[in-house]
This record gives sequence, C-alpha cells and structure tokens, in this order.
Amino acid sequence: MTSPSLSQQEYLKGLKRHRQFVTNARILLFVAFILIWELSARFGLIDSFIFSSPARIASTFISMVKDGSIFLHVGMTLAETLLSFLLVVIFGILISVLLWLCPKLSQILEPYLVILNSLPKSALAPLLIVWLGANMNTIIVAGMSVAIFGTVLNLYTGFQEVDPDKIKLIYTLRGTKKDVLFKVVLPSTIPIIISIMKVNIGLCLVGVVIGEFIGARCGLGYLIIYGTQVFKLDWVLMSIVILCIIAMGLYAMINLIEKLYQKRLQ
Amino acid sequence: MQSLLELEDVTYVYHSINGETYALSNISFQVEDGEFIAIVGPSGCGKSTLLSLISGLLTPESGTILLHGRDIKDSKTDIGYMLQKDHLFEWRTIYSNLKLGLEIQKKDTPENRKHIDELLKSYGLSKFKNAKPSQLSGGMRQRAALIRTLALNPGLLLLDEPFSALDYQTRLSVCDDIASIIKKEHKTAILVTHDLSEAISVADRVIVLTKRPGRIRKIVPIQIDMEERTPMKSRNAPEFKDYFNLIWKELNNDD
Repeated sequence: MTSPSLSQQEYLKGLKRHRQFVTNARILLFVAFILIWELSARFGLIDSFIFSSPARIASTFISMVKDGSIFLHVGMTLAETLLSFLLVVIFGILISVLLWLCPKLSQILEPYLVILNSLPKSALAPLLIVWLGANMNTIIVAGMSVAIFGTVLNLYTGFQEVDPDKIKLIYTLRGTKKDVLFKVVLPSTIPIIISIMKVNIGLCLVGVVIGEFIGARCGLGYLIIYGTQVFKLDWVLMSIVILCIIAMGLYAMINLIEKLYQKRLQ
Repeated sequence: MQSLLELEDVTYVYHSINGETYALSNISFQVEDGEFIAIVGPSGCGKSTLLSLISGLLTPESGTILLHGRDIKDSKTDIGYMLQKDHLFEWRTIYSNLKLGLEIQKKDTPENRKHIDELLKSYGLSKFKNAKPSQLSGGMRQRAALIRTLALNPGLLLLDEPFSALDYQTRLSVCDDIASIIKKEHKTAILVTHDLSEAISVADRVIVLTKRPGRIRKIVPIQIDMEERTPMKSRNAPEFKDYFNLIWKELNNDD
C-alpha cells in the first residue's frame, strides 16, 4: 500500500487536532465547573449549606458507601428503571405489532394514543399510588407510563415506513402477512427500535424518579425528596450527580448494543 | 394445443375516493411455452398492473386469466416475479437472501438448496455466497435477485422493468445476462419495459399498449434470423431498426 499523499496527511492531522480540541474542551469545562463550585463554597461566595460542594458530596457519598445505604438506593432506582424499560420494550413491540396487524384498530386508537403521549405523566403518578399502593410495582408502572405511548407511536410509524416494494416481494414469493412481519417489517426496523430505546431508557429513569418522589421508602428519588424535607441538601445534590452518571451509563449501554448490532451487519 | 397463459378480456379498475380509474381494458392474449414476451407502452398505461394481475397479487374487475388452463388463483406458485429493484435484504447474506422464497414456501429441502448452489455456480456468484448484498455490484445484485426467483423453479417469469434501476452500460450487459439465463433454464417470460430497444432485443413478440386505459394496440412478432440470438447481437441486426420504427409509430399513434 502506498502512503497517503501529503495533503491527505495534512487533512487527517487537522481532523485529529479538531477532535483532540473538542475532548480537551469538554474535560476543561468539567474541571472548571467543579473547581469554581468548590472554591466559591470554600470562600463563602455561595452558601454551602444550600448549594453543597463537591467535597461535601464526596464525603457524603463515602459515608453512605461505608454504611452500605447508598447501594440500596442506587440499586433500587437502577433495578426499577431497567425493569420498566424492559417492559416498555416488550409491550411497545407487542402493541405496535398488534396495531400493524389490525389497521382498523390503529385508526380507532390513534387520537387516544396521541393524547396519552402528550399528557404530563407526573400527573398520573399520585393516582397510581392510590390505585396500586406505595410499592415497587407502582414505581415501575410510573416509569413505563412515561415511555410506553411514545414508543408505540414511533415504532408503529417505523413499521408503516417499510418500503412497500419489499413487502410486495414477500407477496410475490407467495408469503403471508406473517412472513411480511417476520421477514421484512421486524428485521428492517431493528435500527429504529434501537434508536427508540436510546430515548426511552432515559424517559424510564425520569418516570421512576417521579414515582419515587411520592411513593417510595428508598431509591434516589426518595433520597432527593427526603433530603429537601430534612434540609440535608448534600444528599439531594449527591443523588442528582448519581442520576447523571446513571443516565450516562444507561445511554452508553444502548449505544453498545447498537454498535454490536451494526458490527454484526457488516 | 393449450397455451401456457391465456388472458381473456381482462379489465382492471382502480378505485379511490376521487372516483374510479380504468387502468386496463379488454386485454386478451396468449403466451406459449418457452416464449419471451415484452410489453411496452407509454408510462402510466398499466403495464405493471398487468403483471400484478397475472401474478394474482391483484384480481381483475372482469375477465379471466388462466395458467395451464386453470385459474391463476390455483397455480400462483408456478409464477416467479422479478421487481424493478433487487430488494436483497441487507441483514441477510446473499445465500440466505436466495433462500427467502424457499423459507416462505417451506421448501427449504436439501435438493432445493442444491439447486441454489448450482445456479450460484452457473452464474458466477459462488464466491459471494456468504457476502452481504452491499458487497455486490448492481449487475450482480440483479443476477442474485433472478436466482432468488429461479430457486422456486417457476414455469413463468414476470419481469417488471428489472433493469431500469441500473446505469445504461450495466443495463445492456445485465439484460444480455438475464435473457441468456432465462433461455438456458427454458423459462417462459413476460418482460415489462418502457425501453423499446430492450423489448425488441429480447422478445419473441412485443405487445404494444395504448395510453390509459391500456388496451392492446398491436402485437408485433419479432423475427431476427441469426444463430444463437442474444439481445446484444439483436441490436446490430438489420431488422432491428425496422422493428423499432414500426413500434415507435404504433406507440405514438394517437387515434
């Protein structure tokens, strides 16, 4: 193989420089934010009782690791989120398939789905507590309620956008509607399913935290509400930081699934 | 003798909220075993609709379509259909794409697999058996699509502008390629195209349709005398130009 021309090398170098710059800027922004927060708390520019500080968050975290309570809260929120996400994926696909199989049903239900999707789900949470009781089930349902309607609407749209000629191909090979579903519609919408999952895993986390706000004895949502009530704002801010990390981790997980799928395709 | 395919007074109407459109009206013709028929006509004259009717994907408003003397509803599986684009599925390998028809019709038997292997070998795609469709050129993809159709061993092949998505140069060679495969496999074929030269170069008879609603304006038998006629060679035959002018005139004759 010949080595690339000088201008190509120059171009690649420029590209690399650009990427390096973006990464550096990101890290710098993060470090600066932490530093300014910490210093302004130390020098009394902000009231660390209300705003906490990175050092206080870290020490709160360490003490909760020591008594083990943090694992309960994080584990609970994580488990509820993953479970509700799993249920959203399963029910989302099942309902969308049902709508696709029965266009009459989808026509009838469409306005209701649109309304339910735009309804602020936090309005449902208190009702769910009354109906289902203050337990884990309620919180999982709260998580699902935020994501399920959007999933069904988006997935059903994805199903409808499958190339009609690909469907015709199945019929020319004398296939049935079942063949169309399993040989074309589902396999060709896997990328759409994955991108919907990316959005929804975050939404499930939102729903779970809303649920924990009002009907839980543990979990990060509970910790946030309890922390504000007893004015332990270190707990609140630490929980928010952990939620950020969880959100990032969950997104990275779906990203990994997507990468694996794309790799399998090549 | 009974013809392979008989169309008798076939009429098709599209219904929509704005009214009904006559797409095809009183179409009658026969296709004999081993023949290669080309159907040409102005765009929107219902050429593709005609293929969908013959394949049984659509049901005519009136008239009958018989394959081997029986209603096509009972003999659908003897018909292979090739679409404009190859529609090879990117999530399957070439081999698994070719097996699609067998899977659907539950005919995925060792001897049918062997048939695919033979076809792959005869038409130079063995190397690409486990490749992804994106690794094949446009011409090879169209050849793979033909093998997918042939894997089910249909008696009658319907070709719906199968070359129109290719660039001109590829188109000529793929047309030559596909026509010779069809001849070699002793298949009867009906090709729909808007390209007159293509129609004349491959067909034994050319059916000329009118503007919508499509009727048969004329059926032109093509007699090109040469040994081992191929589409490419036919284009250079002295008769070619005459047929072209004849059909051109028929197509642009508006009364």
